[in-house]
Amino acid sequence: MSEIKTIGVCGAGTMGAGIAIVCARAGFRTRVFDLNQAALDRARGQTEAFLRKSVERGKLAADKLPEIMSQWSGSTDLADFADCDLVIEAVFESLPVKHDLFGKLDKICAPRTIFASNTSTISITEIAGGSGRPDRFVGMHFCLPAQLMKLVEMSPGLTTSEETFSRAWSVCEALGQKPVRTQDTPGFVLNYFLIPFNNDAIRLVEQGVAEPADIDLAIKTAMGYAMGPMELLDLVGMDTQKLLCEAMHGVTNEPRAACPPLVKRMIAAGWLGKKTGRGLLRYADSKMFGA
Amino acid sequence: MTTSTYTIVKAGESRSFPASHAFVEQAAAQGASRVFIGQEAGSAFAAAGELGACPFVAIELGQECLGVHTAEARGHEGSNVVGFARFRLGRADPTALVELVRQPQTSDAAIAAARAAFEAAGLKVAVCADFPGRIVDRLIRPYLNAALRRLDEQLASAEDMDKTLCLGLGYPEGPISLLERTGLAEHHDVTLALYQALGQEAYAPARRAQVAKARTGR
Repeated sequence: MSEIKTIGVCGAGTMGAGIAIVCARAGFRTRVFDLNQAALDRARGQTEAFLRKSVERGKLAADKLPEIMSQWSGSTDLADFADCDLVIEAVFESLPVKHDLFGKLDKICAPRTIFASNTSTISITEIAGGSGRPDRFVGMHFCLPAQLMKLVEMSPGLTTSEETFSRAWSVCEALGQKPVRTQDTPGFVLNYFLIPFNNDAIRLVEQGVAEPADIDLAIKTAMGYAMGPMELLDLVGMDTQKLLCEAMHGVTNEPRAACPPLVKRMIAAGWLGKKTGRGLLRYADSKMFGA
Repeated sequence: MTTSTYTIVKAGESRSFPASHAFVEQAAAQGASRVFIGQEAGSAFAAAGELGACPFVAIELGQECLGVHTAEARGHEGSNVVGFARFRLGRADPTALVELVRQPQTSDAAIAAARAAFEAAGLKVAVCADFPGRIVDRLIRPYLNAALRRLDEQLASAEDMDKTLCLGLGYPEGPISLLERTGLAEHHDVTLALYQALGQEAYAPARRAQVAKARTGR
């Protein structure tokens, strides 16, 4: 069994940037791909800011920061992933987009390279089917914010080999994360519950039951949750929530998973959440969680 | 804002204040506002006569809407009367959350006065409109039902489902453990009431809740 030393992360958005922090922090050479150089620059800046905060809080030795950053490299060229032992995809929740990406990676990466998807809703078996290597494909769903949350939902597809799953599980543990095995079903465990829950919260706003801030206060106070659904939705982003809804509702036809009209109107208005300074709540800055 | 003094009218067992609490202890014998608590709070309000001069009048609610006690009128309903319930899940102790219910034309002054009174007693207030389930029950009952259904469908063991939701979302307690602690039969009663009021399938009591309710009726 070959050792995994270099990990590629596709997508420098909120999830991809967080996963890359986890990988680099654990000592892996970490390559980050995004089509947009500005996204890569932003992710690198956020990574440094997050690590600096970790040093200030005494969670990271100061001399570790430059060491970790030296492991982190960004690229807009997928060819730079040729030496990756594991590639974790964290791009749009779109099956054609994922198939296109993995089709290209299959030609670039070595046969031994394991492909993983951070999808939270799309079938691992379906993505694997367009990857060119369905036996070396696995689901690795990190939680938001990945750099702070330990859980990873590990899902084998129907075609995933036991060896691939076992290697990916070992890497997950080496990353310092806590893997749990889940079935390849829509939303796995977390999003099966979370997407409809968040939609229900948006519908309370649509129906005039309560203002967003009151909903968050109520849920946090009554249930002891660290974040209210409105804060979480703004962190996820309305654009991502819409894609999650479409992916899950498209498979399950579950009414609670259908995208609420307010989400579409907010996207049209550019109110995407924390990253644009306004979502269901308003924000003074768009700093990464924990930074 | 200066907190308005209030008098408590107790009418039966209160679900919000089953034990001594600062909100009850801070009440005055001759307060400017009036708070009706207990299962018969609505009846006590109806028998109280004219209360239009009070800064606020608060009626403790169960599952019912405030309009049951104050009436409704083409969307113009509202006065100095608010509804409230301190949230508690089944057999669990009441939480610090007070859901404060307003009707479309409820005065902002009455909301502010009621909020100040509850907050002065250390409670947290979320304002909501007069709908069945208010905020928390509307959101968590479908989630709890879904967890019970997925347990039946063997998505994961009860332990793994709880662990995943706690680790992944930072929840202090998973849904199955929460229902065991607070009562599956109690969940059945609340969610059935919401199902009847809202007609949405997500509120229909899950099989395990129905079984628990049937067993308690033996």
